[in-house]
Amino acid sequence: MNADQSDPVISTVTLDISGMSCASCAAMVEDALATTPGVQKASVNLASEKATVSFAPKQVNVEMLKTSVESAGYGASEIKHDGNRAAQAEATETRKLAEYNALKRRFAIAALLAAVIMPLSMTMLFPSVEHFFHQTIGMQALNYILLVLTLPVLLYSGREYYVSAYNTFLHRAANMDTLIAVGTGAAFVYSVVATVVPALFEQHGMKAEVYFDTTATIIALVLLGKVLETRAKGQTSAAIKKLIGLQAKTARILVHGQEQEIPIESVVVGNIVVVRPGEKIATDGEITEGSSSVDESMLTGESLPIEKTQGSSVFGGTVNKTGRFTFRATKVGSDTALAQIVRLVEEAQGSKAPIQRLADKISGIFVPAVVVISILTFVAWFNLMPADVRLPFALVNFVAVLIIACPCALGLATPTAIMVGTGKGAEHGILIRNAESLEKAHQISAILLDKTGTITKGEPTVTDFVILGELALRGKTIQLAASLESNSEHPLAAAIVNCGTREGVQLLPVSHFMAVEGKGATGVVDGKRIAIGNTKLIADENIILTQEALQTAERLIANARTAMFVAIEGQIQAVIAVADVVRGTSREAVAALQARGIEVVMLTGDNQKTAEHIASEVGIKRVFADVLPQDKANAVKQLQAEGKIVAMVGDGINDAPALAQADVGIAIGAGTDVAMEAASITLMRSDLRDVVKAIDLSRRTMANIKQNLFFAFVYNVLGIPLAAGLFYPFTDWLLSPMIAAAAMAMSSVSVLTNALRLKTIKL
Amino acid sequence: MDTAQILVTLAGTGLVVFVVWYFFFGKRETKAAMLTASGVQEISVLVKGSYTPEIIEVVKNKPVRLKFYRDETSSCSEELVFGEFNLRRELPAFETTVIDITPTKIGTFEFTCGMNMLRGKLVVR
Repeated sequence: MNADQSDPVISTVTLDISGMSCASCAAMVEDALATTPGVQKASVNLASEKATVSFAPKQVNVEMLKTSVESAGYGASEIKHDGNRAAQAEATETRKLAEYNALKRRFAIAALLAAVIMPLSMTMLFPSVEHFFHQTIGMQALNYILLVLTLPVLLYSGREYYVSAYNTFLHRAANMDTLIAVGTGAAFVYSVVATVVPALFEQHGMKAEVYFDTTATIIALVLLGKVLETRAKGQTSAAIKKLIGLQAKTARILVHGQEQEIPIESVVVGNIVVVRPGEKIATDGEITEGSSSVDESMLTGESLPIEKTQGSSVFGGTVNKTGRFTFRATKVGSDTALAQIVRLVEEAQGSKAPIQRLADKISGIFVPAVVVISILTFVAWFNLMPADVRLPFALVNFVAVLIIACPCALGLATPTAIMVGTGKGAEHGILIRNAESLEKAHQISAILLDKTGTITKGEPTVTDFVILGELALRGKTIQLAASLESNSEHPLAAAIVNCGTREGVQLLPVSHFMAVEGKGATGVVDGKRIAIGNTKLIADENIILTQEALQTAERLIANARTAMFVAIEGQIQAVIAVADVVRGTSREAVAALQARGIEVVMLTGDNQKTAEHIASEVGIKRVFADVLPQDKANAVKQLQAEGKIVAMVGDGINDAPALAQADVGIAIGAGTDVAMEAASITLMRSDLRDVVKAIDLSRRTMANIKQNLFFAFVYNVLGIPLAAGLFYPFTDWLLSPMIAAAAMAMSSVSVLTNALRLKTIKL
Repeated sequence: MDTAQILVTLAGTGLVVFVVWYFFFGKRETKAAMLTASGVQEISVLVKGSYTPEIIEVVKNKPVRLKFYRDETSSCSEELVFGEFNLRRELPAFETTVIDITPTKIGTFEFTCGMNMLRGKLVVR
């Protein structure tokens, strides 16, 4: 398919239509759309309040369609699905920035006015100043000035709190805004009454005090907290933003041999995409021409560039380093590895950790409970204090209780840490399915490692190439052996061919090739008859098995290797040992897991002897050998029956039931095939050290959540009684509502700042 | 106790009873999602101080489209969390955010704001 075909002549958009009440409304909207130039077809569904419009994008755009609907007297907004995520993310960023700037403006006004209101309210601290006001304008006039100065703080800066509290109240719900609105509202109303009719207080022997400074300062401080909170919250989702930002915006595709740059959304499967050195790869595909090394660290955490040649897979969002190549797009849009990673991380960040349940229960009843406590506080102090001071005393404590209570800290404690933790994991190629998996991973007490592909590389490799014939040349023997085996499809043959490639030998043509099942292969290379295989093949070929060859083979077999003889022209010239070798990092990872108090157990289909050999090589003490693939899940059950929290690590190929049975299933070496359903944690690299990192990340995140929850609980449990004046009879401690506001603003910020610390941990 | 104290105590007690009744024992609005011609169960939810309707009824194994229109700027409702479906979405003010899910099991699943104070329920039958 070329670009001309993929370029849509007709686009379709779905609009949400608001304001329609009857069938004639629907007809009017349909008519308005259908008569807009460029519109091919418009259909409006009254029940779903949707319009589906087919239009020529060259003549009309979505904005113009919306205007048509609006000029007919209805509202329209576009329903957006998975389109260009990067563009959507950008739009969200712009909107958030505008909201943040508006919030800062509201804070600036409140802070500025509070800075004026505060000293004017404190004249009683300076008798000469107070005397001056008494003599000139009088105290009541000063109060009116304070009232006028406070009004913009309430009506502009704090307006949202009152509107939200009212809307929430209408729906029998209550939130943070309720507390702020009731607290500041009560202080304000009291002050207005004291300003307008001071006699009401004076006739009862009370001083007509005003609390405009309290009202303004609380709103300013709450807004300051909000500004800081918004800034910090933006950083918790930095990892996902970074991932979304990896997506290329355009692709250069080949159309009739000509390069043509098109938007990424227009790329379709089958397009041939050109990539130059230093460029970002637009989408997933397979190299059709050229070679290069590609930096895939942003997706997999693998720091070394990966060599790519014709036929290799490449992934959107990764960066081409050295060469120029072309590739055929095989996956686009939401099917790409990057899109799947983004989806996985987003889902994890949206999930709830079981540890949050208690906090959720509390925050659900928190606000009404605090309102009840504040009312009781008011009643108690009104009854306990002397008549001349009881009203202001009760009011101040009532306001302090409402303002100090901070359900936000409770609400933020877990999700922010989960967001930062899962994001941190993604940066290291550790994809965590959900918060529950992350929570479970910190409790792991036993870890079951599947041998093949996990501890070992999962592919046979030549470990020894022992030359026996004195005159034989090593290089030549390897060349002949590799050439013969290049005709075979046996996995052991592949190991010998790879060995030849590593040694840099050139493969020669083979004639008379024959694969003998269960024995080996024979053929003629470079005019010589070659036989590679086991003792049965050597016997079939009537070749004398020398004592030296036999002993060499036995020694290799004792080391858990598979041995093969190489005969050239009827004489044994070499013994090749092949084994599935242990990954270089496995031993270190096993030691690190054991150091964390986790029992490491190996699982394999090999016999006990071979299994124990590999296990001892990496430092594993317990082994489940001779396990058939279908019995892997039973091994997990056996460990669970011992009372252990079990993690199963496998490559996900034939161990899905075991991964699902385990408390934490960890799929290793997923590469960019991240859709591993059975795993709770997917590791993109084939490095057991990432298992250690995943467990460390889980432990650190859980510790962080516990700190946050502890802080949020203790803050409220101590703060609310203190504000209610519970300690006043014994210690004379009372909390000014302004201090309460400062504490409340800082409590959410503290929780967020602590969660953000997770970004800096070293894994 | 003087008259003022008696009045304050009575009013306070009354308020406490009202708060408890109003917030915890009130009747909540329930509405069933409407099945469209395309087989999707669709419902519009107004986000303004709370979710209206608060309780949404749908049937199992059929796609559900929830259209959340956030009609306010209060930051309390800026995020929507749907734990059962691993969803945490931002709801831009004065815009409709479409959430597509397919419930595969019967039960009552809560959706809340980012801080778990505003609550709604999806009842799957």
